[in-house]
Amino acid sequence: MTAALLTLADARLPAGGHAHSGGVEQAIAAGIVHDPASLGTFLRRRLATSGAVAAGLAAAAWGADAAGLDGLDVEADARTPSPALRASSRQQGRGLVRVGRRAWPSDTWDALPALPHHAIALGVAAAAGGLAPCDAAQAAAYLSVSGPATAAQRLLAMDPLTVAALTARLAPEIDRVAASTTGQNGDVGRIPAASDPLLDLLAEVHAARKDRFFAS
Amino acid sequence: MGSGKTALAAALCRTLGAEYDLAVVTNDIYTTEDADFLRRNAVLPDDRIEAVQTGCCPHTAIRDDITANLDAVELLESRHPGLELVLVESGGDNLTASFSYGLVDVQVFVIDVAGGDKVPRKGGPGVTAADLLVVNKTDLAPMVGADLEVMRRDSAAVRNGRPTHLISLREDPSAASVAEWVREQIRARTVQPA
Repeated sequence: MTAALLTLADARLPAGGHAHSGGVEQAIAAGIVHDPASLGTFLRRRLATSGAVAAGLAAAAWGADAAGLDGLDVEADARTPSPALRASSRQQGRGLVRVGRRAWPSDTWDALPALPHHAIALGVAAAAGGLAPCDAAQAAAYLSVSGPATAAQRLLAMDPLTVAALTARLAPEIDRVAASTTGQNGDVGRIPAASDPLLDLLAEVHAARKDRFFAS
Repeated sequence: MGSGKTALAAALCRTLGAEYDLAVVTNDIYTTEDADFLRRNAVLPDDRIEAVQTGCCPHTAIRDDITANLDAVELLESRHPGLELVLVESGGDNLTASFSYGLVDVQVFVIDVAGGDKVPRKGGPGVTAADLLVVNKTDLAPMVGADLEVMRRDSAAVRNGRPTHLISLREDPSAASVAEWVREQIRARTVQPA
């Protein structure tokens, strides 16, 4: 691991992530998340589904050429049935490309499609930053829970120490998810395709709301 | 909070809308409230107003991670290639709010007389460092016992020569002095054809 991974996973990296709740804003509105225990359940569920998918896509995008990245973009769409979540992923991908290009200049950025999925941009960022595919997966898995955790902290005025402890204790599970999604050897069929209909539904209801604080 | 930022943005749209190709980005707590107000009051078409979500952190969205605002500005630019002026409005916050110069060329900080005439003395980056400080609602000064001369003097003392405008949007809904200041900023940044 190098310090570049810390930068990539840093919530303060100005890539736009702070305005996305990973579905937790709507989960709170629906009464699904209301305390540390229910937040923990939500985070595990998200890690096992969209977190694993993002980790697999990020690892696969590492070192891929333009045609490969185009193919992965389609794979990401296929694994993201909710139009709202597709839009949110592409919005965050765009933000990461904006800062990543400045942080780690590389020709690889030019191989990305316009408005790439966030996980695919993460894979390219990891490559441009001199990291390994497993680092890309690690960042994707970690970000799948760190974003919603802080969003819940803000929305429910939860004790930040409680939320930090919750996220920190997920570390072994994050590591397992990241490790299990690498080593695909270019076989897109081995990229996780776990889906969570509840998260998809929450995202669609959320996108139609006018009184939301978060973009997703 | 409630100092008249959105009302000022609407006034600038009305006054400058005929002179410049302009658009507005709003960063609201409840995201569409200000955008709806602008649609009603600024005679600005919907496709020239973009609202961004700030994830409960308006500071972050205008200062620390300006991604969503840059996306909104770029979207407006792609929709209106001749765009000359984009107003980015954010507020309902406190005296420490400030915009990143990665997002804006110049910034205006709006406070109001009803908040108390001690506000300029308290300072904070908005009051001391904004390119223009606007003190709105001067018409309320007698009602709230605020001394406009104190506000003028205290502002001058902490602003190191930067301008302060005392205005009343109720008495002058065109915000004439602020609009003129904006024109000066645009003129200073426009490359004149040789």
